[in-house]
Amino acid sequence: MSSTPHRVPDADPRNTATIGKAVKVVGQIFTKEDLNVDGDVEGTIESHENKVTIGTTGRVQASVKAREVVIFGQVQGNVEATDKVDIRREAKLVGDITTARISIEDGALFKGSIDIRKPEPKPAVTAGAPAAPSMAPSASATVSAAAAGTPSSR
Amino acid sequence: MQLQEMLRSMFHRSGEVPVSAQAPALPSHNLSFLKPAKQQGPSARQSRGLEQFFFNLQGRVGLSILDLAGASQQNIDFLTCLGHKVYSANVLHSLEECFGTDPSGQMNPGRIEYFIRSNFDYPPETFDGALMWDSMQFMGPALLNATVARLAEIMRPKAYLLAFFTVDDKVQEVASHSFRIQDDKTILVTDRGTRRTGQVFNNRSLEKLFGNFESVKFFLTRDNLREVIIRR
Repeated sequence: MSSTPHRVPDADPRNTATIGKAVKVVGQIFTKEDLNVDGDVEGTIESHENKVTIGTTGRVQASVKAREVVIFGQVQGNVEATDKVDIRREAKLVGDITTARISIEDGALFKGSIDIRKPEPKPAVTAGAPAAPSMAPSASATVSAAAAGTPSSR
Repeated sequence: MQLQEMLRSMFHRSGEVPVSAQAPALPSHNLSFLKPAKQQGPSARQSRGLEQFFFNLQGRVGLSILDLAGASQQNIDFLTCLGHKVYSANVLHSLEECFGTDPSGQMNPGRIEYFIRSNFDYPPETFDGALMWDSMQFMGPALLNATVARLAEIMRPKAYLLAFFTVDDKVQEVASHSFRIQDDKTILVTDRGTRRTGQVFNNRSLEKLFGNFESVKFFLTRDNLREVIIRR
């Protein structure tokens, strides 16, 4: 794995992890920062507060849960985003999508269902109530291959 | 010309809403219509079939709608804004993947089964509506019968299916289009070139094809399409 982002120009390099295109991960990935997938992943990807980008060389056979999911490559599995799913022209996605918003470019191949779920409105903060704790992501990457194998070069 | 005039008069009698001046009709059947891959932008046109389809669903939310034209932003936006869940697949892409471009290749039972499993692998009575658009006219008889039988299984009773068929039963090739929903009675149609038809259709053959469904209703349009609403 490298931490050099090259897929998302506006990503902050300090807060983005990348699975390089020669890397295969089998297992569960949890991350508290943005994640670019240019290699292979089998299992699950979870990054609840952040963005997951499947690059053009990315091949994912996994369920993906994130705040935002951008797909340029191939995904087979369900995708769940609290904010937005963005499927680009070259992408191929087979699986069910649950999201608040979706963008899909003409030419993208998609087979599955789309369920739009708007986020529930946050309860009004009453005067004198304690402030919500900060949800700032940790500076460190927490990508782990937990289940069936470790990252390996192909 | 006489035939066109006759069709036009039939169409006005059936209450078809004229296409607006900003939305030119698609080319009628002539030699140029059969030439492949005319690169032109989308044209908007009224669709009585689509209007009827949404009229039948109105007042209900949370329905499951199957759109088999491939995923498009407009269709997804329109259907999800109505509060429905969209199931998407691209049948024409799958047809080419399974059988190539020649409908005569659509007789292999194993491939037909694979096609059905790839596109219609849903539990019984899943859908409240299905949008087939013009894809059925590119299926050969065996494949089409299997597809219709499977649709009958996965659609709920009283669900509606919208399909388009070319009126001219003499042509070997017909234009294939992409369809984008602009509003509940208007579609944006883009020519995607021509394909060989799987078989010819007339009202009688369509009624026979959907014999297991409750009703079949036809709308003849000025661009030589039969828009067909079928009730499960």
